[in-house]
Amino acid sequence: MSAPHDNHDGHDEHGHGHDDGPHSTFKGYMTGFVLAVILTAIPFWLVMGKVFDKPSTTALVILAFAAVQIVVHMIYFLHMDTKVQGGWSMLALIFTVVLVVITLSGSIWVMYHLNTNMMPMSPHEMKNMP
Amino acid sequence: MSDHLDLTKLIFGRLSWEAIPFHEPILLFTFIGVALGGIALVAALTYFRVWGYLWREWFTSIDHKKIGIMYMILGIIMLLRGFSDAIMMRAQQALSFGDNMGFLPPHHYDQVFTAHGVIMIFFVAMPFVTGLMNFAVPLQIGARDVAFPFLNNFSFWMTTAGAVLVMASLFVGEFARTGWLAYPPLSGIAYSPDVGVDYYIWSLQIAGVGTLLSGINLIATIVKMRAPGMGMMQMPVFAWTSLCTNVLIVAAFPVLTGVLALLSLDRYVGTNFFSNDFGGNAMMYVNLIWIWGHPEVYILVLPVFGIFSEIVSTFSGKRLFGYASMVYATVVITILSYLVWLHHFFTMGSGASVNSFFGITTMIISIPTGAKIFNWLFTMYRGRIRFEVPMLWTIGFMFTFTIGGMTGVLLAVPPADFVLHNSLFLIAHFHNVIIGGVVFGAFAGINYWFPKATGVKLDPFWGKVSFWFWLIGFWFAFMPLYVLGLMGVTRRMSHFEDPSLQIWFQIAAFGAVLIALGIGAMLIQFFVTWKNREALRDHTGDPWDGRTLEWSTASPPPSYNFAFTPVVHDNDAWYDMKKRGYQRPLAGFIPIHMPKNTGAGIILAGLSTAFGFTMIWHMWLLAGLSFVALIVVAIAHTFNYKRDFHIGADEVVRVEGERTQLLASHV
Amino acid sequence: MSDTTATTMHSPTGKMNPAHAHVNASTSLQSADFYLVKEHHVENGTLLGFWLYLMSDCLIFAVLFAVYAVLGRSYAAGPSGADLFDLKLVAVNTSMLLLSSITYGFAMLEMQRKRVAPTLVWLAVTGLFGAAFLGIELYEFAHLIHEGAVPQRSAFLSSFFTLVGTHGLHVTFGIIWLVTLMVQVGRGGLTPENRRRLMCLSMFWHFLDVVWIGVFTFVYLMGSLA
Repeated sequence: MSAPHDNHDGHDEHGHGHDDGPHSTFKGYMTGFVLAVILTAIPFWLVMGKVFDKPSTTALVILAFAAVQIVVHMIYFLHMDTKVQGGWSMLALIFTVVLVVITLSGSIWVMYHLNTNMMPMSPHEMKNMP
Repeated sequence: MSDHLDLTKLIFGRLSWEAIPFHEPILLFTFIGVALGGIALVAALTYFRVWGYLWREWFTSIDHKKIGIMYMILGIIMLLRGFSDAIMMRAQQALSFGDNMGFLPPHHYDQVFTAHGVIMIFFVAMPFVTGLMNFAVPLQIGARDVAFPFLNNFSFWMTTAGAVLVMASLFVGEFARTGWLAYPPLSGIAYSPDVGVDYYIWSLQIAGVGTLLSGINLIATIVKMRAPGMGMMQMPVFAWTSLCTNVLIVAAFPVLTGVLALLSLDRYVGTNFFSNDFGGNAMMYVNLIWIWGHPEVYILVLPVFGIFSEIVSTFSGKRLFGYASMVYATVVITILSYLVWLHHFFTMGSGASVNSFFGITTMIISIPTGAKIFNWLFTMYRGRIRFEVPMLWTIGFMFTFTIGGMTGVLLAVPPADFVLHNSLFLIAHFHNVIIGGVVFGAFAGINYWFPKATGVKLDPFWGKVSFWFWLIGFWFAFMPLYVLGLMGVTRRMSHFEDPSLQIWFQIAAFGAVLIALGIGAMLIQFFVTWKNREALRDHTGDPWDGRTLEWSTASPPPSYNFAFTPVVHDNDAWYDMKKRGYQRPLAGFIPIHMPKNTGAGIILAGLSTAFGFTMIWHMWLLAGLSFVALIVVAIAHTFNYKRDFHIGADEVVRVEGERTQLLASHV
Repeated sequence: MSDTTATTMHSPTGKMNPAHAHVNASTSLQSADFYLVKEHHVENGTLLGFWLYLMSDCLIFAVLFAVYAVLGRSYAAGPSGADLFDLKLVAVNTSMLLLSSITYGFAMLEMQRKRVAPTLVWLAVTGLFGAAFLGIELYEFAHLIHEGAVPQRSAFLSSFFTLVGTHGLHVTFGIIWLVTLMVQVGRGGLTPENRRRLMCLSMFWHFLDVVWIGVFTFVYLMGSLA
């Protein structure tokens, strides 16, 4: 059979196509880049220009923009789709996102309740805290 | 003059001769004992000239089987340490009433219960489950090793590095006095300025790196390296529970890393995450640590659920009942384990709506576990049950764990928990599930897979002795604690005034003695097995008439596991093969591609230990140097591209030929 | 040829998945159907493994974001985000990182075309943009500290410095890794191993940009709102 050879760099330099990872294109990167620039510029303008009256509106809008831009990065830069690594990458990502949401919202919810139920302090007392 | 002093401080930080506990007799005598024993061990190893063998064949091995065995040895050693802490606590609490102050002052007692918890969870239970998963999973899925063999070795040594630091705290300095989760503000710099909490932080951070990498490793292994024909729903159940466990590891341990890093920033740099003033909020620590902590207990228990599934099926001679529902139950537990964490601090004032939510989710999570118990019972029903030692541990588990689970559901009711939180009832509950579940499961797994790892069955008589002492001892040790907890006795107390409680503590101490005998019996079991190894030897590789692929290999398996990668056609692949009259191939062997051993893992872990130690003692210069050395060695390691080799066909022929002869001569 | 013992040969109840073995799904499986005679080439797990590591890193950042969410308004009568943040500087910084992402993309395109020298050039440009990002961030931190807005001043500042600083530390490690890879590619060429490493660094680099989106939105922009 084949003579034993010792200096393989890895299992598959025979080039399994799917092991090389997803293929990038110039068009893909440029699309992602342009979208990212737009999705960054608008939130900065909204805040620096004080475009909305209520800060809470601004907050919601820029968070939405951030979410969209993250998706843009995932698709155009990280080549995320349901096929990568047999769907396991997407599954791992979804699971992680769920946990991030639980960690963030759970912590905020719990801590808000804990803080609210703490002994109340007058503004005078708060001002004189160290 | 001041320059000279600064140099000493720069090199030695706050380490001085006062760190050695010359004036504490218990520690001093322990140290002398350990030192003498250590010297004797080193002398023996040198005399028998086994250092080279140990380095080449074990310490630098990237073979998952050897790494698994090393994890188990680490776990057993640390079990002895953690159990000594337990015996000391039971003794103290049985004695210390009224005028009698016992033999452990609070300063010492607090370190004992902290060390007991940290060691048992991180350096006994975790190594046991990691070791068993490492050993068995690649064999069960028909693979030659894990996905990242070098990382596997590195992970083991990082866990060991953490254990070394904890052990060092016994003799150099002291350990934390905060309980195993080290809540601030007590663990902050203001209330614990000494090295104890720093030992805690660094040993866990270093071990945590190992655990996280191990998690990634086993997920990639199970996803990518299953034998052809083994779809996800044809995997052994142990592989499924291992997959879910490692998903939990990857998802939970970063939270621990983050929280401990924040605590260390508070301690080293003076930030205000968990301080009482400047805007800090200690409850955020509690919140985050339990977001890690609850998945952690499922990390401990899911693997043993898998072990029990394998054992019940094998020793009932029946396919596991409800494979699909077992898988779904495991996945549901995995996800739900992230939605219950607040039940660890119901009493901290989050209010009715929050408490109700988490109380309900906690009760829901008991359902899939209950489903598993029923599946095991249905598997046993109408089976031909063989009461070998692994099966005894399994039945002991089913009975013990179920009671513990029920007390858990009781605690899940917030109003009940308001009475029972941090009482001995809680202590009884979690020991009930951890001992009944994880410890019994680890011992079941050890007895089950020991013949595969070594070719020798563990002595059954001493195995049964150990089992009965553990089972009866456990009940004597912890049932009194349920009673005491219901009476309102708080945890972590080193002294009591009410003499009517004493009898319960004395019964519990008696139970601890029985458990000690159980551990002694297990050690005797190992010794007797070694002495009678020829009588206990198994030549077939399949001593239990097993059902999964690991039993198709020799015992111990060759380094490459399978001469030819198996092809799977059904669940219980090996049982399927035996049923269809599978014959082992005797010729046609080909060269096999294998990874090389490496010393990089132990070296990097050693540097990490140095880094941890120097950070604990504020030895900034050496800390900086060891950190730089870590980076340099890690980068240098990446320049090594020659990490594999081929086992020649002639070597495979020789090894397989040996097995053929063995099988033929012992028909 | 081994004769199978006459045990019951009922068809298996589990799902049949005869990937590599040519088997008729009825009763007569031969012994040889249970193993592969050729070397089984296992799929390389590095890219999946690295992705899983990134998911764990994501969770560390989630902890830091959660801490910032909870403690980020605890100014302890000290300065707030609105007092401190220079959004123009942050905008410049963001563009450095975004540009570094696209230049890494160009490096990957050259890698696909198997051209070593252009790959190295784009990697170097990426590193420079990354260094610029770090430089600006260090300048910002130095300025804040000079103003007395030190991490020890309040829980808000502790959270801010730790979240943004951890991201910066990741970028630092990314640059060290990038330089190491440039040396390795320069010496060894675009071997399969090096290509895998470049793809891992690519994931890492883009992931850091994703985290930065969270940082500039949640910390800087929202922190600057009244």
